[in-house]
Amino acid sequence: MEAVSDKHILDNQLTDWYFDNRDQLISSSSSVFNSLRPAAMESFRKLGIPDRSLENYKSTDIPKVFLSPLNRYIGQRKILFAVEDLFHCDIPELDTELILLVNGWFYENRPKLQVLPGGMIIGSMSEAAKQYPDLLKQHYSKYADYEKDGLVALNTAFAQDGTFIFVPRGAGNDRAIQIVNVLLSPEDLFVQHRNLVIVEDNATAKVVVCDHSLSAHHFLTNSVTEIYVGPNAHLDYFKLQNENNNSNQISTSFVHQERSSDAVFNTITLHGGLIRNNVFTRLNGEGASNQTLGLFLMDKTQHVDSYTFVDHAVPNCTSRQSFKGILDDQATGAFTGRILVRPQAQKTQAYQVNNNILLTNDARMSTKPQLEIYADDVKCSHGATVGQLDQNAIFYLQSRGISIREARLLLMYAFGHEILSKITVDPLRERLADLVDKRLRGELTRCNSCPLHCQETC
Amino acid sequence: MNGDQDPIINQVTQREYKYGFITVLDNDALPKGLNEDIICQLSAKKDEPEWMLEIRLKAFRYWLTMKLPEWAHLKIPVIDYQDIIYYSAPKSKKPTGRFEDVDPELLKTFDKLGIPLDEQKHLSGFAVDAVMDSISVKTTFKESLADVGIIFSSFSDAVREHPDLIRKYMGSVVPYRDNFYAALNSAVFSDGSFVFIPKGVRCPMELSTYFRINAANTGQFERTLIVAEEGAYVSYLEGCTAPKRDKNQLHAAIVEIVAHTDAEVKYSTVQNWYPGDKNGKGGIYNFVTKRGICLGDRSKISWTQVETGSAVTWKYPSCILRGDSSVGEFYSVAVTNNHQQADTGTKMIHIGKNTHSTIVSKGISAGKGQNSYRGLVRVSKNAENARNYSQCDSLLLGDQCGAHTFPYIEVDNQSAIVEHEATTSKIGEDQIFYCNQRGIDTETAIGLIVNGYAREVLNKLPMEFAVEAQKLLQISLEGSIG
Repeated sequence: MEAVSDKHILDNQLTDWYFDNRDQLISSSSSVFNSLRPAAMESFRKLGIPDRSLENYKSTDIPKVFLSPLNRYIGQRKILFAVEDLFHCDIPELDTELILLVNGWFYENRPKLQVLPGGMIIGSMSEAAKQYPDLLKQHYSKYADYEKDGLVALNTAFAQDGTFIFVPRGAGNDRAIQIVNVLLSPEDLFVQHRNLVIVEDNATAKVVVCDHSLSAHHFLTNSVTEIYVGPNAHLDYFKLQNENNNSNQISTSFVHQERSSDAVFNTITLHGGLIRNNVFTRLNGEGASNQTLGLFLMDKTQHVDSYTFVDHAVPNCTSRQSFKGILDDQATGAFTGRILVRPQAQKTQAYQVNNNILLTNDARMSTKPQLEIYADDVKCSHGATVGQLDQNAIFYLQSRGISIREARLLLMYAFGHEILSKITVDPLRERLADLVDKRLRGELTRCNSCPLHCQETC
Repeated sequence: MNGDQDPIINQVTQREYKYGFITVLDNDALPKGLNEDIICQLSAKKDEPEWMLEIRLKAFRYWLTMKLPEWAHLKIPVIDYQDIIYYSAPKSKKPTGRFEDVDPELLKTFDKLGIPLDEQKHLSGFAVDAVMDSISVKTTFKESLADVGIIFSSFSDAVREHPDLIRKYMGSVVPYRDNFYAALNSAVFSDGSFVFIPKGVRCPMELSTYFRINAANTGQFERTLIVAEEGAYVSYLEGCTAPKRDKNQLHAAIVEIVAHTDAEVKYSTVQNWYPGDKNGKGGIYNFVTKRGICLGDRSKISWTQVETGSAVTWKYPSCILRGDSSVGEFYSVAVTNNHQQADTGTKMIHIGKNTHSTIVSKGISAGKGQNSYRGLVRVSKNAENARNYSQCDSLLLGDQCGAHTFPYIEVDNQSAIVEHEATTSKIGEDQIFYCNQRGIDTETAIGLIVNGYAREVLNKLPMEFAVEAQKLLQISLEGSIG
């Protein structure tokens, strides 16, 4: 009963926060954002912050992370920040265009909006809304449905800034775009950002997103990313989550794919507190193919909840989902994956796999792979396993003179390798493989990747 | 290939429901509606002790506070619980349990259904409890079973004759607070079977209950309780049919199984309630709570179900694996044709150490049918070395049907191994072509393929039932590929 009233208070608080700051929000942003605010707020008032009574949020207590006292600001707070501190985000031998978001705001280490050679436009979302309102109107909030999810509604109601990537028709080079989301604040903070990636017909893009926290404060991020992949376009999207264990993150991504497009969406979670990743994919044009992948390595009291929804709306599409998790200590994990094949989506091929390893008796995993199929000429399958490291394999390695610790690491690494091997950008794969290896060895704590060396809680 | 299959589809979808006849009987029924008064009258009609009435009233009061569950992948029109007759019994002389005393009209009905109540005529190795609407008509072989200490009787008789056992076990597996339909059933249940196998006894014959809904506007609420003491074994079968009526009828049953140390219970169902006509009119709404508990070490409960009937099926036979090294099994074939909807599956709750469970579910959807598998495998903290294997396959015949899979896996113990696999596909054109090429016509070929697909489950049924189930599958489905 208490939880219900807490949630009620929370929903009211957030609603009040909106109405108290409405004028400031509207005056400081483009009409593209403003036009949807009232409707989004209305649906937030209806939906509220999702709690465990909702089937899709059963495994994760979202109101709890909202209820911890966090500072919320409408306007941007000045944070002094040395870009050189980001050296550890560098991917050796990979030349990237770097976009920096600090606490959800574009950081001006580069022009706010820049047209790169080849026509690609990257930069700040709020600036893009001012300069290219027509382009934004075509895509903004067209894929993210704020009427279904309270968190998306909340984000849409307060949307101000984030990253904007536009790859025009036929454009694209091999140079990857790297987005670094930095959390750095002298106090506990609530952060929201709204991102848009548009890859037009026949274009190619590679995007690497890294989430980092640079101070040991409590953070809560509620981000929404919309991704449009046009006909024959190709997108590789990688997300690396490596925040401190006090940082909670809710990240919702919508991938919309047109005819014969190809997209890979890969989430690798190394550190963080409570993490909820939603990935909604809609295959909207024939011949589209999608891979949604995930790997999470958890220990202590971390919690990672992955939710995927693949909507096969048209015939002849292929989707593959593969999620793997290793849970140590008291970590808890959840996976929910749903494949929907609509009645007209014949000749669909959809596959989904979720494998998990529990290393301790206190770790806990729930998994719900789901198929909802209304067409008959389809090939769909899903599989899920929860188990532990194979004792026979450990014995085999030990009998060859490999220590038990090393044998376990080898097996865990091999388990995660399947996801890593799908990364097509070689330097990135090597860098991530290295990070995963370090993470498994326990050498990658937040501190040694943090430039502040504050030696605080890791 | 669609061209030559259309006529076959038509043939199949227009096939008559074989058991749809109505027996004209005088009925002794309570008026429509549900309130405490009705429950008191119902209890009085059944000549029940006071404690049973108390349980009913408690359940009813709790039911009033409950909300209809909406999580299932089913479209169910609003059911008016006041528009249902909760008790209807064929009017006859007071049942004496003697064959000569059974109304000949009833005998004829059960003969027609292929369930002769005359022990002379009966298939050897089968004992039957025949239930029509709200009461048990006749239980065969009661006496010879009693010789080895087995109690096999109608639930009402058991309430009078073995109150201690009923009080001890009834509601111990499915309490009335369990869910909406369990509460409703606990309040108004009419009849069913009670089976008690004493320590060390291996039941010499297959026990079975045959449920028949006959009267119109009546709901059937039966209750079955099976208790197997230490080292006992029993195989129990359940079959059901109903007449064709335009109006939907409600069936909400509870089955409870208790297996003590080293006991084994096999429970098989061939559910063939009237599924409604090809436009989705009429049919039975089937809301069943079935659950077994493996109380003792090394006990085993096995559910096998062939679900071909009912307009709506909502059914999750479950096992609570409490004893160490206990085993739970679930084998299911669910068929939905025309406008039928099924949301069925199982729950395997691993509590004891070294517990094993197996789930094999085969869904077949045709016409506009919607077929969902929904299952839970939970491994609790102390369930060391739990092992589960689940396999859920769906076969789609026709482009307007749906097949869905909603498994839930919750693992709280590191030593558990849980696997789940599901596939959805249609019958391959190459498979049919292969058969055609060898002179097998398309209809027979599909029959062969479907039977092959369901074989894994059908093999778990006792022989006579397997033959029946195989025929049933053919009737429900054969040729309905699109």
